[in-house]
Amino acid sequence: MTTVSDTSNNWSKALRTLVRDYPIIPLIILLLGLVVALEVMRPGIINERWMANTIKFAVPLAMLAACQTLTMLTGGIDLSVGVAATISAFVAASQLTVLGPTGAILVALVPPLLIGLVNGVGVALFRVHPLIMTLGTGLIGTGCLLVYQRTVIASGSSVPDFLSWLGTGLTYGVPNSLLIFVPLAVVIVVGLRRTGFGRLLYAVGENEEAARLAGVRTWQVLITLYVISGFIAGITGLLYLGLIKAPSLSLVEPRVLPSVAAAVIGGTSIFGGRGGYSGTIVGALILTVLATMLTVMQIPEGTRRIFFGLIILGVTAIYVRITQDR
Amino acid sequence: MAASPILSARHVAKNYGAVAALKDASLDVAPGEVIALLGANGAGKSTLVKILTGAISPSAGEITIRGNRFNVSSPADARRAGLVPVYQEPSLIPDLNILDNLKLGSTPLEAFRHWLSELGVPDVDLIELARHQPLAVQRVIDLARALASEPAILLLDEMTAALPADLVDRVLDVVKQQKPLGRSVIYISHRFPEIAAVCDRAMVLRDGKTVGDLPITPGVEEEIVELMLGDAIKATKRAFATATVSEALKPRLEVSHLSAGSKLTDVSFDLRAGEVLGVVALEGQGQDELFEVLAGMTPPDGGGFSIDGTPCRFKHPADAIAAGHVYVPGDRAEALLMQRSVRENIAIPFHTRPSQWGLIDMAAEKAKVDAAIDRLQIDTRAQGEVQRLSGGNQQKVTIARWVAMGIETILCFDPTRGIDVRTKHQIYPLLRELAAQGSSVLFYTSELAEVQLACDRVVVIFNGKVVDQMDAEHADEPTLMRAAYGLTADDALQQAAQASASEPVV
Repeated sequence: MTTVSDTSNNWSKALRTLVRDYPIIPLIILLLGLVVALEVMRPGIINERWMANTIKFAVPLAMLAACQTLTMLTGGIDLSVGVAATISAFVAASQLTVLGPTGAILVALVPPLLIGLVNGVGVALFRVHPLIMTLGTGLIGTGCLLVYQRTVIASGSSVPDFLSWLGTGLTYGVPNSLLIFVPLAVVIVVGLRRTGFGRLLYAVGENEEAARLAGVRTWQVLITLYVISGFIAGITGLLYLGLIKAPSLSLVEPRVLPSVAAAVIGGTSIFGGRGGYSGTIVGALILTVLATMLTVMQIPEGTRRIFFGLIILGVTAIYVRITQDR
Repeated sequence: MAASPILSARHVAKNYGAVAALKDASLDVAPGEVIALLGANGAGKSTLVKILTGAISPSAGEITIRGNRFNVSSPADARRAGLVPVYQEPSLIPDLNILDNLKLGSTPLEAFRHWLSELGVPDVDLIELARHQPLAVQRVIDLARALASEPAILLLDEMTAALPADLVDRVLDVVKQQKPLGRSVIYISHRFPEIAAVCDRAMVLRDGKTVGDLPITPGVEEEIVELMLGDAIKATKRAFATATVSEALKPRLEVSHLSAGSKLTDVSFDLRAGEVLGVVALEGQGQDELFEVLAGMTPPDGGGFSIDGTPCRFKHPADAIAAGHVYVPGDRAEALLMQRSVRENIAIPFHTRPSQWGLIDMAAEKAKVDAAIDRLQIDTRAQGEVQRLSGGNQQKVTIARWVAMGIETILCFDPTRGIDVRTKHQIYPLLRELAAQGSSVLFYTSELAEVQLACDRVVVIFNGKVVDQMDAEHADEPTLMRAAYGLTADDALQQAAQASASEPVV
């Protein structure tokens, strides 16, 4: 009797330790479960084309979620990524005929970097809460975009061929967007573990006072962080432009809150100091598969959103429970 | 004690698990009596206060008020029973005006105004927000509010700390006025002159037990100090020879007339290369502010300090660290990333500057970290997260960080507080070793015996000033205790006055 319960105890303990040390395992299991469920609901749907499509939509979401993951590690958030990305897409599309593809893409990255810089200065030096700061710069950015939109209407817009190729193209059935995403993901995952800057993000997020006492000038870390976040948002905007091919004000905005959800589902704590990017990537895939699933079920939009919200809450609650000790 | 006591506590004890914070405390307070409650750090004074004010309930013992069982489970109960406390920290709600604060406790306004004018601040604007009042005035308002509620027993816990001298006199006057009104006061203070001025009796706690109950007479201070120390004062054997610090050497750190906040008023001392300098002070005498200023966390209000003869003005702890001047705070949680690994915690100072933000040379980092772990004998069985380590090992991590980086001066604020004896006896030799290698160590301790275990010299701070300096050899517990209570304060002040008078004007 005792041996049996001991073994089962040991097993559950070992499982818990495994899950805590490798929190990505239950996420991958959940993702696979969703894919299997989808195949059961609509046999034959899982094929090469479906996978390529899923990746195509999951990649830009995962990139936006990278901004959330990095800022959330310091206890912040970046709600301006939607606007930063949209501006970058608009500028690239409208300047193509004027500056050529390379020039247009380079110029397009300036506004998101600026938004990031302003966010960083506000958060780090003026101690504005990141939620408010990035909400504010997002609104200001939207206003500027409305003005800029007239230029676009006047001059017309077109998508650089390179971006269409990157956003929608396939090479041997593999989405080209992975050419951008895989290096970026590697840089972020390795950067968080193996660079001084990555260490400081966790340090500032977990205990800013301790970081300060150890000699970290936290404002330097925060400004750099928000500039990086703006930069990633800018690239994501270009990718969305290549994917959707028509710049509009609602190009990226509806993906901002899902990007926060992807980071949270991926195990990054919104209070800072805990998490990582690999979980976020799986989180973005889960959300994308979930969206497909709800579409396949052919239920009305309202019900679909309710389900979406409930599933996000449920997954997060369970995940937090199993990954945190005690 | 002719009259039957209004408050009587018998054999009160409080256990936290296996730890006894209070073992056997007894206390009688007669109507109209002012009682001093005394005890060294960790004697159980604050535990007894928490029990009396209803913040915690005792594990054993009996307390009666006017002969009725004192059944309080909350501070509100204690107030209803007639026991009203006033603490060192103001208890007004900062974002409400004074009037609203008074309404919260349904304080009678007339009586409040009466006591306010008795306390010498009659014209306080009652519709001003509490946080706009100077700290001293907030404390006086607290006291007036407590008095206005006509408490049977008033409990003043370090009420006069950092209050300007004229207000202290007013407070003492008002305390005396309570006697004819038949109200009792329990008076907690580190200052013997105040106790001598207002108290009738002193109750002394040591190691959680009541060890003395004596009337206040001239010269009773010495007796009280003896009681607080008990017989555990055999001279501690020093495990090392005092470092041969050449007096001729220029001091590494020269602190002159430093002041900060309301508590640190005027502190000067030298810290030489290769020595461990102890700092001894009772709670809240300005030592916290001293360390914060030296660590670059807060700027000084006056005076300054120099390192190797160069005046320093740190704007950020990073400036101090760049000068080889590092700080180990008293609260480990303040310095550690509890969810991160031992390694990351030790390695933070390696990556602080933007030029160090790039790829980490993991092998080199591991070598440095492992060397520090070895040197401090940190138990790394649970190194994945610092929060799983024992308190002693956590404390070692906070020091290991700086050992790994290499330092010139280390400021340790009570590094042995709340850690096990074995670890303590690993930390003393470590500090000695750092000093032997030429580092300077400033070591604040709340355990007087540690001075002789680890230090070469010691400075004693009382009331925001250095009141005594001596070689550790002579710094036995009774001497330190007397100095810490300012009993030699007058002599020291006189000497200081003479010294500054004879100093040539530069």
